[in-house]
Amino acid sequence: MELLVASGIGAMTASGIYLLLRGRTFPVIVGIALLSYAVNVFLFSTGGLTIDMPPVLSEDADGYTDPLPQALVLTAIVISFGMSAVITILALRAYLECGTDEVDTPEQDATVEEEESVSAQPSDAARGDTP
Amino acid sequence: MALVLTALLPFIGAVLPALMIRAGRNACALATGAVTLTALVLLLSHAPAVFAGEVVHARFDWVPLLGLQASFFLDGLGLFFAGLILTIGLLIILYARFYLSKDDPMGRFYVFLLLFQGAMVGIVLSDNILLLLVFWELTSLSSFLLIGYWKHLPEGRQGARMALTVTGMGGLAMIAGMLILGEIAGSYDISEILKASEAIQASPWYLPALILILLGCFTKSAQFPFHFWLPHAMAAPTPVSAYLHSATMVKAGLFLLARLWPALAGTPEWFYLVATTGLVTMVFAAWVALFKNDLKALLAYSTVSHLGLVTMLFGFGTPMAAVAGVFHILNHATFKAALFMSAGIVDHEAHTRDIRRLGGLAALMPITATVAIVAALSMAGIPPFNGFISKEMMIEEAVHTPWAGNPWILPALVTVGALFSAAYSFRFIFHVFLGPKRDDYPHHPHDPPFGMWLAPGLLVVAVVAIGLAPALVAGPLVAVVAGAVIGGPLPDYYLSLWHGLTPALGLSALALAGGAILLWRYRPTERFWLALPRPEAKAMFDRSVARGAEVCRVVTETLHDGSLRRYLAILIGAILVVGVLGFLGKPHGPGDRELLEVPLLPLLAWILLIGACIALVVFHRIRLLALIIVGVIGLTVSMAFIYLSAPDLALTQISVEVVTVMLMLLALNLLPKRTPKESSLPRKARDGLLAVLGGLGIGGIAFAMMTRNVDKISDYHLAQSYPGGGGTNVVNVILVDFRGYDTFGEIIVLGIAALAIFALLDGALRGVALRRLNAWTPDQVRSADRHPLMLVVATRVMLPLSLMVGIYIFLRGHNEPGGGFIAGLVVAIALLMQYMASGFAWAQERMRLNYHAMIGLGVIIAGLTGIGAWLNDKPFLTSDFGYVTIPPLEKFELATAMGFDLGVFLTVVGAAMLTLASLSRVARRTEAPVSEQPMDVDPSTLAGSTPRDRLSGDAPGAPGTGGRGESDLGLPLGSDDSTREGR
Repeated sequence: MELLVASGIGAMTASGIYLLLRGRTFPVIVGIALLSYAVNVFLFSTGGLTIDMPPVLSEDADGYTDPLPQALVLTAIVISFGMSAVITILALRAYLECGTDEVDTPEQDATVEEEESVSAQPSDAARGDTP
Repeated sequence: MALVLTALLPFIGAVLPALMIRAGRNACALATGAVTLTALVLLLSHAPAVFAGEVVHARFDWVPLLGLQASFFLDGLGLFFAGLILTIGLLIILYARFYLSKDDPMGRFYVFLLLFQGAMVGIVLSDNILLLLVFWELTSLSSFLLIGYWKHLPEGRQGARMALTVTGMGGLAMIAGMLILGEIAGSYDISEILKASEAIQASPWYLPALILILLGCFTKSAQFPFHFWLPHAMAAPTPVSAYLHSATMVKAGLFLLARLWPALAGTPEWFYLVATTGLVTMVFAAWVALFKNDLKALLAYSTVSHLGLVTMLFGFGTPMAAVAGVFHILNHATFKAALFMSAGIVDHEAHTRDIRRLGGLAALMPITATVAIVAALSMAGIPPFNGFISKEMMIEEAVHTPWAGNPWILPALVTVGALFSAAYSFRFIFHVFLGPKRDDYPHHPHDPPFGMWLAPGLLVVAVVAIGLAPALVAGPLVAVVAGAVIGGPLPDYYLSLWHGLTPALGLSALALAGGAILLWRYRPTERFWLALPRPEAKAMFDRSVARGAEVCRVVTETLHDGSLRRYLAILIGAILVVGVLGFLGKPHGPGDRELLEVPLLPLLAWILLIGACIALVVFHRIRLLALIIVGVIGLTVSMAFIYLSAPDLALTQISVEVVTVMLMLLALNLLPKRTPKESSLPRKARDGLLAVLGGLGIGGIAFAMMTRNVDKISDYHLAQSYPGGGGTNVVNVILVDFRGYDTFGEIIVLGIAALAIFALLDGALRGVALRRLNAWTPDQVRSADRHPLMLVVATRVMLPLSLMVGIYIFLRGHNEPGGGFIAGLVVAIALLMQYMASGFAWAQERMRLNYHAMIGLGVIIAGLTGIGAWLNDKPFLTSDFGYVTIPPLEKFELATAMGFDLGVFLTVVGAAMLTLASLSRVARRTEAPVSEQPMDVDPSTLAGSTPRDRLSGDAPGAPGTGGRGESDLGLPLGSDDSTREGR
């Protein structure tokens, strides 16, 4: 069982990393979602795997699982939802602003930005010289 | 305690000038002066004790584990320096009030000045070298601000940068040296270090520590070859130059030499490093100073020279030389500050500092001239002024000190240095104040207002008083300071103008005569100087900085060429390397914990999961399919949670999964539906390798960890869950009680994320993004029936049921799987279904909740519940519970944790709804006007009888065919929509 969980975590991590390194935003989002699954299960597994021993107190229970990683993972799941949502929307806004969903800035845009920042400098200096 | 306050007062008081400047320049200067005066009075309140031989201590622990204590102590040396810093600071504040023009932001100047003052006082009062380092760096930073105060002047900015670079690098070296020193001595307290001198000097680490600390001292005190920053720092306003570069900051290095003198001095290494550096600096800088035409540059090099002199004296390592060094620090501070202020007055009045354009000022500004000439004569070493006495003592020491066995070198070079010193002092007097009056001054000079010459005047009084009666005026002070430096019995000495016909007197006379001759033959000497090669330190500095920047640029651009994919690949690669290094040489096989069996069902789930992961990589270009596969993986994970005894996690995972997939679907609607093939084969291979290695590593760690038995801390949680938190669902009790603070932080983060999303999407309704949205054409065939009847009816019937389930999950959460998080997600999904089924406009009109307020309310409720514990005298978020019976119902439990969980619930609902609602709002911009009706094909209207139907003509029409109908009219589609949304 442990081997199955470990290999599952490994598979999700590998798949997540591969997608994370793609050149478009959508696969990156999917990759991050996958990585969060992997991390959540990983955190969960730090408590050791148990079957049929839920962390709910009762009089006829044989034993309990470790509740602490579960509490940590529960918050982690919700936080990863928040993070996934933000990056998804970030990707959407970037696509709407730039008209492309490429992760890396296309070369043409990069040079335009540089020129703008270069041309912005002298005016800054000029402003600074008049106190 | 007053001692700590003395050090902190300037920092606290730094707020005052920033506020008081609104009340005018005088009020601002007065407030600043009051702060400094208070600190000075506090300091002097300890003076009687210090003069009686006591050492005042004040300490409290700051980071005790690091050996960092906020401990201060006051002995003679500290008192002397702190008194010097505060007294001269007071005079500078007075002087700056008149020096700064109306255009200069005076409040800012005084703020910087007080920050600097606090840092300096901190240095000299620290009893802990780590604390001292903190203040040391603060002086570098605040002096950067002061030097660059006139930020419109390029020289000021460059000078400030250079000073920061040089002293900052020295400071870095010193941090290393101090840490070594603390390790050798076994303590970071200065009082302890000073007692451990034998252990320190015997340690093999003595020399490295010494060199590193000296680097810090020498850069700060502008010793050769690090002297070049000081003349460039003179671009600062004159009050800054007078304060930082004559009286205080450059003395910080000397202070440290004196402070650590008992621990470090007395070895040959110390003598050759410190004394030689000091000697070279003294002679070289005096020679350069002679040929500087800028008044302040002349004074700057002269300062460097005098600092060298004191450094050399400390370097001798004998108690008598230390006494002379201390005495000269006092004398130099008085006459040099007076000279700087006089130079500032000349500059202020004549509008030039160029010596070649000055001369004959004595007749025009007699008061300034008198002050400056007396101070300069003291600098030249002429009796009866104080500079003469300490110079005599210095030459006397040099005569008795052989260098590498040779008794002549030191006296000869010292005399040469004194000769140059006399020459530039004479030049300062003769070329500026004496000689014929000129008629081509850039501005007609005359004496400044009283306030401006008062400060240098007071200093010159001290110059004369110390010179005439040294034992009376300065004797006790020098004794107590020198005693603190030496840390033992004082040598036999007496301060006096006349020591009889000694060799020192002869050498001194020789130097004065030589100096006079040099000035008399100034033109030929200057021609000789001009013919010599003069390496330009600034150009060399700029070149080395440029070279350093170039190296950094090459490294950075190789690693980070602007491609985010490259950053990520490098990041992941680096993590892998670190992980592999961590693995090497350690046992990392599986542990000996008994493994669980593998029944058939989990095996099938595992096959599904692995298959889905592979499929995702293979088919990730088809984005809709990729989303479906993600859903499969998420559901498999939730099943795993159920199987592995984590019902809460499974519930959370499933509901989060639904919301996430909905969100991504909505986003995908506006994004391209396919990912083009772009990556080259080598890149795919590289990414694949990184991915496989990463997966193997994480899987391996997980396996190694799961197969080991470890001690858990959760037994406490299991035992305390019911008695302490009043709940049997331990996971929920941990969330709302034991680790409630984490959860509180988390809902805040969630709320912020939702607001960020709202802001991001709100911004998309303007500018380029809006134009793109309006010009958007659907890239997929649309269903003719956008709001299918079955879906609409089903979701509406289900709404009350789902809400009931949500409330049920919420209520039982404390004792059974469930709770605020899950309930919030369930309710959010139920509401979202209405949006999806019946359309945004219809649902929005009936949705009377404000999601922003909901998020805020949730956070506030959770916070108030936590604060409620204070009423019970318990820490924040301690929960309480009890049982109540309301007649028709059974006895049930009420816990304050429920209030907290309610906060969580509201925040989660608000965040999820706000996110998806904002997204829908944007998505609507791309659509044809959607009907106001809940159903596109409404059976009740097919009969054609309702009046509403006749009013809204498009309801039964042809949905989905409109395309870009309205934008053809040139109207932004959303204008009417947004007013409706605004409710």
